[in-house]
Amino acid sequence: MGKRVSLFVTCIVDQLFPKVGMAMAGVLERLGYQVDFPENQTCCGQPAFNSGYRGEARMVARHFLDTFESSERIVVPSGSCTAMVVHHYAELFAKEPDTLARVHALEKRVWEFSSFLTEVAGVTDVGARFEEVVTFHDSCHGLRELGIREGPRRLLACVRGLELREMAPAEECCGFGGTFAVKFAELSGAMARTKIEAIERTGARAVVSLDLSCLMQIQGVLSRAGSGVRTMHLAEVLASR
Amino acid sequence: MSAEFDQKIHSTLSDANLQLAIYTATGRLKEKRIECVSPESLPDYQELRSQANAVKKHSIENLDYYLEEFERNLEARGGKVVYCKDGTEVADFILSLARERGAHLIVKSKSMTTEEVDLNERLEHHGLESVETDLGEYIMQLAHERPYHIVAPALHKTRYDVAEIFTRNLHVPNEIVIEKQTAIARAVLREKFLAADIGISGANFLVADSGAVVIVENEGNARLTTSAPKIHIAVAGIEKVIPRAQDLATFLKLLARSATGQLLSVYTSFLAGPRRPGEIDGPDEFYVVLLDNGRSKLLPDRTKRQSLYCIRCGACLNTCPVYRKIGGHSFPWVYSGPIGAIITPQFMGVAHEPSLPFASSLCGACAEVCPVKIDIPKILLELRSDVKKSEAREKQNRLEKLAFRIFAWVMTHPRVYELAGRMAAGMAPSDGGSWIRTVPAPINIGPLRAWLSQRDLPPPPARSFREMWRQR
Repeated sequence: MGKRVSLFVTCIVDQLFPKVGMAMAGVLERLGYQVDFPENQTCCGQPAFNSGYRGEARMVARHFLDTFESSERIVVPSGSCTAMVVHHYAELFAKEPDTLARVHALEKRVWEFSSFLTEVAGVTDVGARFEEVVTFHDSCHGLRELGIREGPRRLLACVRGLELREMAPAEECCGFGGTFAVKFAELSGAMARTKIEAIERTGARAVVSLDLSCLMQIQGVLSRAGSGVRTMHLAEVLASR
Repeated sequence: MSAEFDQKIHSTLSDANLQLAIYTATGRLKEKRIECVSPESLPDYQELRSQANAVKKHSIENLDYYLEEFERNLEARGGKVVYCKDGTEVADFILSLARERGAHLIVKSKSMTTEEVDLNERLEHHGLESVETDLGEYIMQLAHERPYHIVAPALHKTRYDVAEIFTRNLHVPNEIVIEKQTAIARAVLREKFLAADIGISGANFLVADSGAVVIVENEGNARLTTSAPKIHIAVAGIEKVIPRAQDLATFLKLLARSATGQLLSVYTSFLAGPRRPGEIDGPDEFYVVLLDNGRSKLLPDRTKRQSLYCIRCGACLNTCPVYRKIGGHSFPWVYSGPIGAIITPQFMGVAHEPSLPFASSLCGACAEVCPVKIDIPKILLELRSDVKKSEAREKQNRLEKLAFRIFAWVMTHPRVYELAGRMAAGMAPSDGGSWIRTVPAPINIGPLRAWLSQRDLPPPPARSFREMWRQR
């Protein structure tokens, strides 16, 4: 009991970065968790919610509730998608008491990956080894909506061979912002280029973060600029040995 | 997005000097703020924020009560309160007063509220001379520009820009030393103060229990504006009222630190009514114009009326990665940055610039620094929903609506979702796993084209996660 977790890998990991999901599952299994993947899962609904389409967001959120209702604990490789479920679902269903009760019952069981490790599993050393100089990008929703700041740094500090060099500022947005990235593409690109300047100033060879959406934006701009710096999700670092 | 908004963003992003000026100036203000709200400098900072939020919440929820109390107490001291619903009423009041008193020259201290109703233009249109006396604001008036920033109106101007503006407008020799530029402005403005018939100020706080207007500033120009001329008119939004003088202990600690990284502004003036017998200075007549201009429309909404808590410190602008790129003049109204993005649609209507609430990555940095804890991202999200409801009513943007209906349908049908994902992956060009720089013209459209205009696209993996999971 208590050693079962369900993965919500998020649509972006499922479709574009499956290795991150596999890495996360690997880390959890190594810690002795029995991991399952509810096949009906799709998306948390955030794209619709952030774009102002609350009716559509509600449909997707209901699907999430149906899919994960029987899961004991749900682990998510994203601060943003986690925040959507644990903060914004309640807003979406404020006028539907029955659904709201389901939301409240579920939101306590949904965990962003790094905070699951530090707060639920109670580990900081997962036995990883990764010989690299890295910098850490605080993804905004994890940082400001979930208050995740120290946990991932503690996890990285325990990785053998890894050197963490903080960038200044680590906490400034990469400019992704969901549909913002395409609605205000030039502005979003300018924000990302400021971010990669900060990354490159550290001399790190890899940027680590908790969200693939930020990493997709950062890697996209790094790649366009011909930079050799690569992006990694925390799970990929922790799965290395 | 309106063509104008798009164009302004593009031109600001393309101007390297401007980019540097904005980023440097906001960066300096941002760092100074961080320093002086640190636990070493202000250990009870978070408690003060909660306190400020509670006082503002209470004031806004009891606005009618406190406005009446303010009015009673001010009038007992010989001041007069004038309620105005919009800029026309403000201008009409000031113009008729000026006519009755034979006034021609007005000096003004910095006030975003008067900018909101284009007061200078309205007064000048009727032959009055209205001179801004805050240095930054004066520079902007000479340059015929709107303030670039709530607190630092000429933030984007370098001293070389100022030298040129002074030479062109004041016919003085080109002067690039900032102290000397200040002396030039001072000499001109001194004469204006002495000759002015009316002084117009804004207000940082209206204190109900004492009937006082509180103004904070650094240059002393507001003190001169409110004491030298025979008539003082303070123009304030109705939301500026706070219950008690002792609440200022909370707000004054937060305001200067959040705004300019000072422990306290240089001058804090408490103005309660006209000069009384025996006093050596102060105006003979003292008016407080209480402006609505759309504010009361916000009152019914529990979340959105938080926007009225704002004390105009500008901290959200300095920390906002969007403001720091697109600057103040890209915004469609006088208020810029995150606070501008939430109050513009509410004061002016969402149709004023429907894309404004979307011009944010929702990073939340604004809410983190707001001294009165306005949940700006939450309000932006509600405004986004309002925009979409209004578009649905007007049958606008139907393609996007359709796209999100399809999105919702796909995301609630896992098999369709999986199939759609595989089809999309099959369409993408495969180049041995490296990131995609271009796609064939027929699919290089819409969001994909916008994405690729700035960055590369991840190559779709051979198998989705669910396929990998099934096969492991």
